[in-house]
Amino acid sequence: MNIVTTTLDWFADPTHWEGPNGIPIRLFEHISLSAASMLIAVLIALPVGFLIGHTGRGVRFAVGLANLGRAVPTLAAITIVLPLTSALDPQNGFRVYPTVIAMVLLAAPPILVNAYTGISQVDRDLVEAARGMGMKELQLLTGVEIPLSLAVVLAGIRSASVQVIATATLGAIFGFGGLGRFLVDGIANQDSGEIYGGVVLVGALALSSEGVFALLQRLLTSPGLQRVAAPGRVEISSNEAGAAAQ
Amino acid sequence: MDVDWGWITDHLGALAERTGQHLYLAGIAVAIGFAISFLLAIAAIRRRVVYPPIAAVAGLVYTIPSLALFAALVSITGISIVTAEVPLILYTFVILIRNIVAGFDSVSPDVIEAADGMGYTRNQRLLRVELPLAIPLIVAGLRVASVSTIGLVTITGTLGDRFGGLGFFIFEGISRDFTTEMLFGAVPSILLALVIDLLFTRVQAAATPWTRRRAVLTPEGSEVPV
Amino acid sequence: MELRHVTKRYEAGAKGTPGAVNDLSLSVPAGKICVLVGPSGCGKTTTLKMVNRLIEPTSGDILIDGRAVLEEEVTTLRRRIGYVIQQTGLFPHLTIGDNVAVVPRLLGWPKERQRQRRDELLALVGLEPGAYRDRYPAQLSGGERQRVGVARALAADPPVMLMDEPFGAVDPIVRERLQNEFLRLQEELAKTILFVTHDIDEAIKMGDLVAVMQLGGMLAQFGPPDEILAHPASDFVARFVGADRALKRLSLNRVGELPLEPAVTVTPGDDTELARERVRSAPFPYLLVVDADRRPLGWLPADRIAAQGHIDPSLAISMSPLLDRETTLKDALSMMLDADVQTGIVVDRDGRVQGLLTVEAIGVALRPESNPAVLAPSAAAAAS
Ligand SMILES: Nc1ncnc2c1ncn2[C@@H]1O[C@H](COP(=O)(O)OP(=O)(O)O)[C@@H](O)[C@H]1O
Ligand SMILES: [Mg+2]
Repeated sequence: MNIVTTTLDWFADPTHWEGPNGIPIRLFEHISLSAASMLIAVLIALPVGFLIGHTGRGVRFAVGLANLGRAVPTLAAITIVLPLTSALDPQNGFRVYPTVIAMVLLAAPPILVNAYTGISQVDRDLVEAARGMGMKELQLLTGVEIPLSLAVVLAGIRSASVQVIATATLGAIFGFGGLGRFLVDGIANQDSGEIYGGVVLVGALALSSEGVFALLQRLLTSPGLQRVAAPGRVEISSNEAGAAAQ
Repeated sequence: MDVDWGWITDHLGALAERTGQHLYLAGIAVAIGFAISFLLAIAAIRRRVVYPPIAAVAGLVYTIPSLALFAALVSITGISIVTAEVPLILYTFVILIRNIVAGFDSVSPDVIEAADGMGYTRNQRLLRVELPLAIPLIVAGLRVASVSTIGLVTITGTLGDRFGGLGFFIFEGISRDFTTEMLFGAVPSILLALVIDLLFTRVQAAATPWTRRRAVLTPEGSEVPV
Repeated sequence: MELRHVTKRYEAGAKGTPGAVNDLSLSVPAGKICVLVGPSGCGKTTTLKMVNRLIEPTSGDILIDGRAVLEEEVTTLRRRIGYVIQQTGLFPHLTIGDNVAVVPRLLGWPKERQRQRRDELLALVGLEPGAYRDRYPAQLSGGERQRVGVARALAADPPVMLMDEPFGAVDPIVRERLQNEFLRLQEELAKTILFVTHDIDEAIKMGDLVAVMQLGGMLAQFGPPDEILAHPASDFVARFVGADRALKRLSLNRVGELPLEPAVTVTPGDDTELARERVRSAPFPYLLVVDADRRPLGWLPADRIAAQGHIDPSLAISMSPLLDRETTLKDALSMMLDADVQTGIVVDRDGRVQGLLTVEAIGVALRPESNPAVLAPSAAAAAS
């Protein structure tokens, strides 16, 4: 009861909705940082994943690199990047870039591994048939392989997003804004209302992202495939289980 | 960017101590996390209906920022080992439960049928057939869980100087605005994670000799004449 | 092994629909192979699995050695029954040797005896123990894996074996070899075997008895293979065994099972007078020239027998193919067609003439109305 009222009280306070440390601004900072990181990660990881999935070349190298990236503790990654970027750009370097770079490092491995796994799981007979019908490699990739592996590919991006939204809070330890501010400041001020408020906001954002991706998946998946992939199974086989087995 | 090498050589003893603490905090979390995950996974395998709710809850916990979980627990359990360990344990569930279930699911139905047909009891089958075959995915899960726990231990530094392992140096470095100390925590914690990762690939290979396919080459279809 | 009015219905089936297995009764005499054959989905696997209780029957009794399987402790029962499946079900995490020793280990045999048995069995199925014992299943070819599957099922020397399409996953050449080897093994081991296949040719080849099943799990016909080929009990069976069923019977029957025609012979140096007299009593105008040991030398046409003097073997023309009593009628017919003759010479192990087999005699023997008991006394005996 106590927790609930404390949290509600914090949300009810109008001063928490105003100014540079208000909820709207922090939410905006968090969303834009997460979205920018995800965009960069997708632009890097997706083509690479598709390429190695399609050609079957460089698999060991890419998956090894992805596992390496996954192993790096995020807090340590931010810490290492920080002195470099703040030396390059004293204005923003301290606040934004280290977190973005660490988030890209966090998001790229699952996106890459799922893109690769998805493409390589497409039935080889089907690929042969498409080639036999005279499809060019790029047509094959965009017309057959990507549509058939979409569920797995999207699952990778989806789980990366949730992780980024939760982990981007760490930036606040180093002075960046975003929703992590409420957590770090709440701990410092021993203000549990602020802590719980931050938790609720991050959770809500993560759930919204899940919702958006679920919708996206439904819209983009061919109706012919919808029955095949039972949601529960996709979760197990697609996310990290495949990568973890490498 | 200047690194204060003198400070580093002065603090090698502290480094060893904090590394030990790091491994201790991570070890407890993975051990307890594995024990609980294993029981939950077995329950999920025996009664399939309980799997989706278990997986959903574990997945939901995973979306809570670690920083928030540590902070929220302080108001309940204070600055204590419990506050440090509970989030670490909770975060292992999503990976471990999923991989243990997937491990048992990966056992081919033919193998199970053969085991039943030869007269294995249910427990014999579980222990002697299904478990060994599930091991590759279980160890893979342990590997990911261990490595990610090593990363999360750094964040327990937010609970003060009794915790954090190597993360302690990062937090102290930030508060003192001392880059050398921040890196003194960051670089070794990355190395520690990579070493653990490497160690598990070795364990994985050693635990599953039967996956070394075709170590003895037999061309397909060749038969020994009788 | 005896199945009495065994029925299996799955929940989904609405009331009144035929079950997966419907009122099936059959008995397999000790030491014989009974093959269940029928189209896919007709309930063969279900029937087999009810014997070792991987599936529990809805109603009916199954007896082994007079004891009801439903009354036995299920794991004990299964350890007494060898079980071979198409996908082999070998344990990928155990070596070949350990796979073979699974049941002995479950039964708690002493280590030394397990080791001995393991090597003995590998040798029995034609896998050199030294070369195979320490490998893993993934390192074997499909045919080798099937051999291991058979060895594993034989491990505790079970009196009864269940085999579900055991040779279904290998290519035809390997399958044929495995079938032949298994038949040879069975001559020694004399297990009581229930064998499932969807391939009628395999059923005819492997079975002492064949049970043809049809969709809905009904028994369409049960009997020795030759009887099923000669007298299909229904249109369904006739269609299932195929339009070439008469030809299939040829490979089931051997020369020795047919009455032979006596050969009218002469020996070089015999008086031609005598030869002329003999040829008049012969069924066709040829004499078979044989040497002093009654080994055939060639045919002498009646019009080439000199008016007087002695038989000259160099006047003999053409030979007929030599058959022995074990030659199948299929091979015999093929050899005669090849040589473009109507007659084959049946000889004993030393090459001495026993009699003649004509194409016509094969035709007579295959007529449906001819008594199959005369044709295949061994199979008929198995049915009783
Ligand atoms: N577990 C089950 N639930 C419902 N129906 C089943 C089940 N197993 C088999 N069947 C049905 O029973 C029939 C016989 O199956 P099976 O014995 O496997 O056939 P066969 O081995 O002859 O191909 C089939 O029609 C199949 O669909
Ligand atoms: Mg079947």
